[in-house]
Amino acid sequence: MLLDAQLRDKPPAREPDTGAPALSQGERVATLSGSAQPSSRSSPDRAGEQRGIAVTVRDLHKSFDGNAVIAGLDLFLPAGGFTAVVGRSGCGKSTLLRLILGLETPTSGRIGLDEAEAGPRRSQRPRRIMFQEPRLLPWARVVDNVAVGLSGTGTGTKAERRARALAALEEVGLADKDGVWPATLSGGQRQRVALARALVSGPGLLALDEPLGALDALTRIGMQDLIERIWRAQGFTALLVTHDVAEAVAMADRILVVDEGRIALDLRVDVPRPRRRGDPDLARLEGRILEHLLGTPSAA
Amino acid sequence: MSATPSRIRDAAVPWLLPVAILVGWQAAVSAGLVSNRFMPAPLDVIRAGIAAGRTGELWTNLGVSTLRALAGFVVGGGIGFGLGLANGLSRLSERLTDTSVQMVRNVPHLSLIPLVILWFGIGEEAKLFLVALGVFFPIYANTLHGIRSVDPALVEMGRVYGMSNAELFRRVVLPGALPSIFVGLRYALGIMWLTLIVAETISASSGLGYMAMQAREFMLVDVVVLAILIYAALGKLADALTRQLERSCLAWNPAYRSA
Repeated sequence: MLLDAQLRDKPPAREPDTGAPALSQGERVATLSGSAQPSSRSSPDRAGEQRGIAVTVRDLHKSFDGNAVIAGLDLFLPAGGFTAVVGRSGCGKSTLLRLILGLETPTSGRIGLDEAEAGPRRSQRPRRIMFQEPRLLPWARVVDNVAVGLSGTGTGTKAERRARALAALEEVGLADKDGVWPATLSGGQRQRVALARALVSGPGLLALDEPLGALDALTRIGMQDLIERIWRAQGFTALLVTHDVAEAVAMADRILVVDEGRIALDLRVDVPRPRRRGDPDLARLEGRILEHLLGTPSAA
Repeated sequence: MSATPSRIRDAAVPWLLPVAILVGWQAAVSAGLVSNRFMPAPLDVIRAGIAAGRTGELWTNLGVSTLRALAGFVVGGGIGFGLGLANGLSRLSERLTDTSVQMVRNVPHLSLIPLVILWFGIGEEAKLFLVALGVFFPIYANTLHGIRSVDPALVEMGRVYGMSNAELFRRVVLPGALPSIFVGLRYALGIMWLTLIVAETISASSGLGYMAMQAREFMLVDVVVLAILIYAALGKLADALTRQLERSCLAWNPAYRSA
C-alpha cells in the first residue's frame, strides 16, 4: 500500500503524447474542443511498470440479424490508459466491449491487441472482464472464486494459486472473507470479489461492463476509488462501459461517446488525480457530454 | 445450556405422530375394537419380527432385497445419469435419443412385468431390469434439466476466464446441475423400492415381497404388516441418507444449509 500512497500524493506529471495512434479518430469525431484529438496518453505515473495491452480497432462492423450495432468503428486504446465509453442504451457500447474481449465475433473489421513492450514476459497477458453482475460461482468459496481468475494462465500448484488469490483478496480489502460462501456477502462485497478475480492474473486489459450499476451510491463511489487505485498501481489498460457520465468523468482519462455504432465524441479528461468529487472541471465536462447525449442541436 | 433440551424437543417433533398412531393402534386392538385376524397389534408385529429375526429368515430376505435394489439402482441410475449428461451437453446426442426416451417414459414400467417374466423368468435379471428401468427416468430427466438450467452467465464467465471444457464441466456445469440431480435421486430411491416390492410380490422366491406373500398364504397377518413396516423404515432410511448427502454437497446453497 506504500506504493499507492506515493502514487496518490504525486501530482500526475503530464507526459507528451507517446506516438500517434494507428488510426485517426479525428475525422469522425465531433469537434467540441481541442480535446477531440486522438489521444494516446499512457498513464504517466507508472514508468517502468508498463503492462497494458494496446487495442487497435479498424473499420469494425457488427450486426445482429441484419441490424447494424457497430457500423464502421475505428479506435485506438493506448496501453495503460483508462478509457470510458458512454452512450444511450442500445448504442452498441456493450457490444463494442464484448467484441474487444472476443466474446462476439465481428461481422467485419479487425481488432488487434498488442503488448506495450516486448519484455522478457512477451506472452500475451490475459484479458479480463468484470460484468454488471458479480457472476461468482455460488458453490465455490470466496478464495476459490478468485482463483477462477487464474484459469488458462498455467499458474502452477494449488498452493501457489491460493496464495495469489489471497493476495488479490487482500488488495480489495476482503482478506478475512476468503473461506465464506458468496451467498453470505453483500452486493458490494461480491463485486469486490469479482474485481479480485479479474485482477488476480495480472491482466493486460480489464474491461468493465457497467460493473457498478447495481450498487448503491456510496458503495459505488468506494468501488470507483478502489478500481482507480488498483489501475494506477498495476498499469493495465482499462476500458469502462457505463451509462453513468459522472462515473466516466470521475474515473477515465478519455471518454468516448458512442452513437449509432460509431464514436461520436472523443474527449480527454485532463483533471489531475486523485480527483475530487464535485470538481467544477469535471462537472463542466459531464454537462457537455450529457448535452451531447441528450441531443442538443449544437452538439449534433 | 438450553440448546440441548430444545434440540431434543426439535428432534422428537417429527416422531410424535407415528408414536401416537402406534399407541392408538395397540389400544384399539387390545380393547377388541379391531379384530386380531385382520390387523395385528404392534406388539404382535414386534414379536413376529423377533421370531423371523431368530430364524434368520428376515435377514436373508432383507439382504436379498437390498442387494437387488442397489444393483438395479446402480445400473439404471448410472445409465440415466450418463445419458442425462450426454444429452445435456450435446445437442446431437439429445436429438438422437431424447424423442425415443420420452416415448418409452410414458409406458408404465410395471406394465412390462408379464413381458419381463417371459424373458427372464423369475430370476434376478427380472428384478434388476425392472428396478433399473424405473430408476432410469427420474435420474435422466433431472440430470438433463439440471444441466440445462445452469446459469448461462456463469458458463460465459467460465469461458471468458479461459476454462477448458473439462474445467468448465467440473467447476461450473456439474455443481450447477447438482441440486436438480439430487431431486432425481430422491425420486429414484422411492421408485426403486416400489418397483422391487411389486416385482417381488408378483414373482420371486426370496426377498421381502416374497416373505409378505408367503405370510399371506398362511394368514400370518403379523408378518405381512411387519414387511410393510420394514418398507416404511427402508424408505425413510434412504431419504435420510440422501438428505445428509444433499446437505454436505449443497452446503453453499442457503436453501440446504442446516440450521
